[in-house]
Amino acid sequence: MEEILQLLTEDARLTAAQIAERVGRPAAEVQELIVKLEKDKVIRRYKTVVDWERAGVEHVFGFIEVRCAPQRGVGFDAVAERIMEFPEVHSLYLMSGAYDFLVVVQGKTMKEIAYFVAEKLAPLDHVVGTATHFVLRRYKVDGDIMVDRAEVKRLPVTP
Amino acid sequence: MARTRPRIAQRVEALPPSGIRRFFELVEKMPEAISLGIGEPDFVTPWRVREAGIYSLERGHTHYTPNRGIRPLLEELAHYLERRFGVSYDPASELMITVGGSEAIDIALRAVLEPGDGVLIPQPCFVSYLPCAILAGGQAIPVCTSVENQFQVQVEELARACDKGARVLLISYPSNPTGAIMPRKGMEALVRFAEERDLLVMSDEIYAELTYDGGHVSAASVPGGRERTILVGGFSKAWAMTGWRLGFAAGPAEIVSAMVKVHSYALMCSPTTAQEAAIEALRGCDDDVAQMRREYNQRRRVVVNRLNAMGLTCFEPKGAFYAFPSIGNTGLTSEEFAQRLLEEEKVAVVPGTAFGECGEGFVRCSYATSMPLIEEAMARMARFVARAGG
Repeated sequence: MEEILQLLTEDARLTAAQIAERVGRPAAEVQELIVKLEKDKVIRRYKTVVDWERAGVEHVFGFIEVRCAPQRGVGFDAVAERIMEFPEVHSLYLMSGAYDFLVVVQGKTMKEIAYFVAEKLAPLDHVVGTATHFVLRRYKVDGDIMVDRAEVKRLPVTP
Repeated sequence: MARTRPRIAQRVEALPPSGIRRFFELVEKMPEAISLGIGEPDFVTPWRVREAGIYSLERGHTHYTPNRGIRPLLEELAHYLERRFGVSYDPASELMITVGGSEAIDIALRAVLEPGDGVLIPQPCFVSYLPCAILAGGQAIPVCTSVENQFQVQVEELARACDKGARVLLISYPSNPTGAIMPRKGMEALVRFAEERDLLVMSDEIYAELTYDGGHVSAASVPGGRERTILVGGFSKAWAMTGWRLGFAAGPAEIVSAMVKVHSYALMCSPTTAQEAAIEALRGCDDDVAQMRREYNQRRRVVVNRLNAMGLTCFEPKGAFYAFPSIGNTGLTSEEFAQRLLEEEKVAVVPGTAFGECGEGFVRCSYATSMPLIEEAMARMARFVARAGG
């Protein structure tokens, strides 16, 4: 199962038949397993890795540290619920260390992100402070290197 | 002044030209061809190993090392061989670091052969064995293996070829070019045969980490094997380190010391940067190696499946990164097949005859190339076979 999931994370467009050939199992069995993994939400959905810069579409990413003061009866989960539903929030993590949440926000401009922090994030109940860091360049995202390198050549025939 | 004698030594002049070389020149003129003719990984050396090499250079470690190799690498190699091959060696006397597995083969033969000593060489096999045996003054005795026995050399085949002058049995499993492996029983029989005939076993186990159906059985690990086996290995294949030129040899202290002597005069030592980087390869790269193995295995299944589907019977290769299908039913020779496939569909495979006469009727397809290229190459090859009358 792990091998099948790994293949799909590398190329979500692989068909069950292609995967079956690579892992050496019957196509019907692989198809069935994938359907089950989808149903059990092990596979949440299939998406595409886009190099927005190359596409010429402006995207700004901000990493925002959020410090909270959770009160009795309101844990971190409740605060997270308030934050994660905003469509601007790309990723949200509860962290150990100097702050509590790391909120990755995606916007069209820095201004848009600054506005989001000032208007939506900072005023939330239990939020006591924020620090916003803007991304200047994305080198590697979710395991994909976003920088072009020259192709490595090999001799065409070797023993 | 008139030249009185040829400038090139007779034994070199008489070496057969490499079948690979001729083909290389053809493919080189066709940069758009998809090559399944490459005997090295398409992966780049794992970053942690490259990074260790960079660090070594940064610290200015640019001098000679001891002939045998740097001590930390020898020690790490001893741990590795114990862990993965199940054989323990003394790093100070029974191991050495060489310039690729190729050098180990060369110096081992030079260290042990007297003029005219026979070297039993099961074929099809890696292109260097026969020339190395001859250059070391020995006499190469090719032994044909067959697809009926999954290209695993049989004791009877060896017994037929073996005469009193035979001194070395040179085996290599997993095999380049066939992808054959040698299971434990077969390896035990080979070592028993070597004991009976008092042969040294030279076992080139460069592809040991790349097996797909159970683990690798080292010639040194079976009863009686350790004391008569020169085990050759290297970093090129499993760690994708071909260009670093780093291999090793393990064996009885007496033989390894003799090899170190030859090595010290011919090469002094193996590259320092590569030796320091290789420590990281042995210490920290099990996951990288496992990931590459997993990808090779996926490609292997695709290639074998497609070859059989297009009508080229392909026995299941259980090691290395080659498939060795029979092209018998196309009615073409290996050379014709490879040449026409290249010209008509721009796919390069290596004629089986490059690896010995008994490679006739087969071609070597390397799956050390990316899956999309493999799929495209297989589609073109299927088209060709359909036309050629598969």
